Amino acid sequence: MLRYTLKRLFSLILSLAVASVVIFAVIEIAPGDPASFMLGMNAQPETLAALRSELGLDVSKVERYFAWTSGMLTGDFGTSYTYRTPVIDMIRDRLWVSLPLALYALVISTLVAFPAGIYAASRRGQAGDIGIMGATQLGVAVPNFWFAMMLVLIFAINLRWFAAGGFIGWDAGFWKGLHALTLPAIALALPQAAILARVMRSSLLDVLGEDFMRTARAKGLSSRQALWRHGLRNALIPVLTIIGLQFSFLLAGSIIIEQVFYLPGLGRLVFQSISARDLIVVESVVMLLVFSVILVNFLVDLAYAAVDPRLRSRT
Amino acid sequence: MKRNLILGGLLSALFVLAALISFAWTPYDHTALDIPNKLKTPYANHLLGTDHFGRDLLSMIMVGARTSIAVALVAVGIGMGLGVPLGLWAAARSGSLVDEVIMRGNDLVFAFPSLVIAILITAIFGAGAVNAIIAIGIFNIPVFARITRGAALSLWQREFILAARVAGKNAARISVEHILPNVTNLLIVQGTIQFSLGILAEAGLSYVGLGAQPPTPSWGRMLADAQTLVSIAPHMALVPGFAIILTVLGLNLMGDGLRDYLDPRLRVART
Amino acid sequence: MTLLSIENLSLSIHQFDILHDVTLSIAAGEIVAVTGESGSGKSMTALATMQLLPKGAHTTGRIVLGDREITALDETTLCTMRGNDMGMVFQEPMTALNPVQTIGAQVAETIRIHDRTITRAEAFDRAAETLTRVGLPQDRFPLGRYPHELSGGQRQRVVIAMAIALQPRLLIADEPTTALDVTTQAQILDLLKRLAKEDDMGLLMITHDLAVVADMADRIVVMRNGKIVEQGETGHLLRHMRHPYTKMLFEASGHRVNLPAAPAPAPLMRVERVIRDYRLPRTSVFGAPGSFRAVDDVSFTIQRGERLGLVGESGCGKSTLTRALLGLEQVQGGSIMLDGEPVFTGTRPNLAVRRKMQVVFQDPFGSFNPRHRVDRLITEPFHLLPDPPSGAARTRAIDEALLAVGLTPRDATKYIHEFSGGQRQRIAIARALIIRPDLILFDEAVSALDVSVRAQILDLLAELCGAYDLTYLFISHDLSVVRTVTDRVLVMKSGKIVEEGLTKDVFERPQHPYTKTLIDAAPILPDIGVPA
Repeated sequence: MLRYTLKRLFSLILSLAVASVVIFAVIEIAPGDPASFMLGMNAQPETLAALRSELGLDVSKVERYFAWTSGMLTGDFGTSYTYRTPVIDMIRDRLWVSLPLALYALVISTLVAFPAGIYAASRRGQAGDIGIMGATQLGVAVPNFWFAMMLVLIFAINLRWFAAGGFIGWDAGFWKGLHALTLPAIALALPQAAILARVMRSSLLDVLGEDFMRTARAKGLSSRQALWRHGLRNALIPVLTIIGLQFSFLLAGSIIIEQVFYLPGLGRLVFQSISARDLIVVESVVMLLVFSVILVNFLVDLAYAAVDPRLRSRT
Repeated sequence: MKRNLILGGLLSALFVLAALISFAWTPYDHTALDIPNKLKTPYANHLLGTDHFGRDLLSMIMVGARTSIAVALVAVGIGMGLGVPLGLWAAARSGSLVDEVIMRGNDLVFAFPSLVIAILITAIFGAGAVNAIIAIGIFNIPVFARITRGAALSLWQREFILAARVAGKNAARISVEHILPNVTNLLIVQGTIQFSLGILAEAGLSYVGLGAQPPTPSWGRMLADAQTLVSIAPHMALVPGFAIILTVLGLNLMGDGLRDYLDPRLRVART
Repeated sequence: MTLLSIENLSLSIHQFDILHDVTLSIAAGEIVAVTGESGSGKSMTALATMQLLPKGAHTTGRIVLGDREITALDETTLCTMRGNDMGMVFQEPMTALNPVQTIGAQVAETIRIHDRTITRAEAFDRAAETLTRVGLPQDRFPLGRYPHELSGGQRQRVVIAMAIALQPRLLIADEPTTALDVTTQAQILDLLKRLAKEDDMGLLMITHDLAVVADMADRIVVMRNGKIVEQGETGHLLRHMRHPYTKMLFEASGHRVNLPAAPAPAPLMRVERVIRDYRLPRTSVFGAPGSFRAVDDVSFTIQRGERLGLVGESGCGKSTLTRALLGLEQVQGGSIMLDGEPVFTGTRPNLAVRRKMQVVFQDPFGSFNPRHRVDRLITEPFHLLPDPPSGAARTRAIDEALLAVGLTPRDATKYIHEFSGGQRQRIAIARALIIRPDLILFDEAVSALDVSVRAQILDLLAELCGAYDLTYLFISHDLSVVRTVTDRVLVMKSGKIVEEGLTKDVFERPQHPYTKTLIDAAPILPDIGVPA
């Protein structure tokens, strides 16, 4: 188990290193010098040079890469070109919106998908199964931001149960904050829940066809007992993979959903920074997104080993 | 379940047809402003109503279908064109350094959701439909590489491949002659699914302004326009929304139908 | 006293008739073997008895266990009987256990599911006793082991432990040893016999292997196409077979062929001190990866015109050796020369050597590309020729090859799924013959076939030996087949050749202890006086 963890950890670090090089290189290709962009067309060469050295732009690219990465390791993401404030502060505030939103959506999606998938699998071919599969087919086809607009129209504008947008902040209390994130989280979660329910169902159906399920029945387990005791844990292995992959979709989706609800999250930050050509912020936010995706997949790998003893003993 | 195939095929064909017809004819010029008739709900003159500039929504949907289909189709092409050979190569050299590099590269690309790729591209080149194609296309590469490799690996275990090796054929020739024909069903089905995902992704990117730019019409941007007006003119959001849903639904049904028709045991990746 | 009686059982699944009017009975302590070829309905008889039939199954007739009519019971009652009154053992031990649960938990589950009052600790104690009873003592196989840590034979013991934990009155074993090696098979059969005797348990054995049937059953039931063709007490039935199908089955199982005499020795392939190592996955992050020696210092020679056998159990290295002989993989030591030239020449195969050698594989379903027609399939080896025949010459070659293996030229335009397993093996032989190789490797080439089909393919081999002067290496785990189609035999164990000699000598006077074990373990078909 330790060896397995170490191996995964090594692969995590390697992925992060490569990802950081890719992101850094891409941003380096971006045209325009941030310093001259900030000072405008008529800047004096001396002021320009001073600003460039203040921003750390006057050293070689390799040095800048290591300054950027080592800075990130110590929590120093550099200084925003436009706001002249530490990037880390800007990100921290936004992260407190985006991260809870993604997690909230993940919880909703799992809570909806697991029972739906299990129910459908246990009633294969019956009305319940066909109904759930039809609903998921629709759920997969609905764009989450459009679904979000419909939720706003119904629950915020017509029924007035929720605010149409904005975020009052966690200072107003945990439940109020959660309430404000509920519509966005539902919008984000449902299309993913549809996919997850389908995967859960097909994975369970695969397991139901396995020899050991027949062995379990021969022992005297009812088909329902066999499903819960032997089917579920085996079916979980492919489902975990999808949950890991979905996290990256949830993060990306949250960037779009924040636009619908005017939430002050990472997505808004990124779009503002792109239009202001505040590339250091873009660079850091992208790195953070990629980091969280890689981290989640690392955690999924560990969860695999917890579920499947064959992985623990191998490698 | 032939019903899926027929229903899905009809829905998809409807939108492809709409896109094709739009080259020759649309009810109105999709850019023509008609302020007196703005925000009309559907009626005889404008079957799907008009937007806040009085533009005909049906015409915009028809022309927008072109963008959606073109972006998604090219993105699937990029994904297949690069992903399938990579997957075949990795499977043929399974366990080697090449395989390891290709698979780790795939994992890495998976860590960049297409939206993030689009953000990076936009940061460099600015926004545009081509960005959307590249972003979605790049994300499709590992999808196709993975499923191709997975299917090819199990084929490489089969004795008919061993027989071909005994007949002196090299890995490249075996991949093309024996492996590829046996994974085409899988690729067709996965291609349909990626096509529908591409349409969703393009709409999302256009909605946040990273995709098609004016005056190129696009369903995603129509929704962005509709957002502020959703309380007074819900049809502006409903029309493009249903266009997206029906197209994606049609393609997904067609994919499922094709799978059941070609081979129900195909392992298709859905994310 | 009758324990189980099946009366006039008929079964159809989605309108397909599977069983027709099956009647048989088992007494306590009695071993009844149901035998027949694939599609005979023998496994479905077993599943019907457990009432574990697939969806869409419709049965008529009665199945009575003790005093209860199983066919009339509801699912809840059946659940209380399965595992308690009747247990079942399946064919494939590798997949019959839940991979994510310990063996202790899986055995204890049988106990706990039928007795809610028992504590977890008590159930595990009894699981430990049961595992010890089936030959998995706690000091070597603690309850916390996972299935993947056990061998096939050990897993089958776990499955048996689950089935007999509550000492059911009836045990059903569906091909319990088909997936196992011959020495393991003998142990599992002994275990089943012992358990049936100790617990006075009725044992319903489903098997295709007539030698196993004759060896252990008290009574034999022969089935064909869902019907019982003949049944009776073992000794009586063996002496007085009435039905022609039964006679054919027994004749085919012990089928002997007459090989033409081999020509004077002249070496064709020389294998000298061959070593084949596999790299194992790294076991530590910094240590060097370990390696596994699959073929260890193997030397032998194949003479031109000779029929050589290679026998060994799974994992002995015979498949690895086969791939090395074919020049598909590099060896780590020694040399393999065919007609004086090395068979392995790096990534670019030496076609001149390759064209002297062909192979026939085991799996009649997996050895052909399903998307090609027969003419393209069997001409694939033409790729090895510098100047492959085309046009009329190609057609002539195809026709000739198909005719040689007992098919017709018309078959050339068909796809592989249109053929039966036996026909596919004929096509595989045609593919091997078409370039007239000097040497053919038969890799378990008849192992997947039913006995009657197997006998026909063996006849075909003997016939081709006469017509084409074949030289072949016949690789198999099946001693009885190797015995009849080879002149000389090699016995392989753990990567080494432990014995080599004329087939007759080795089988009659084995020298090496392993060869003796192997021959002793193989169940023997009794001499029943059927004309061979």
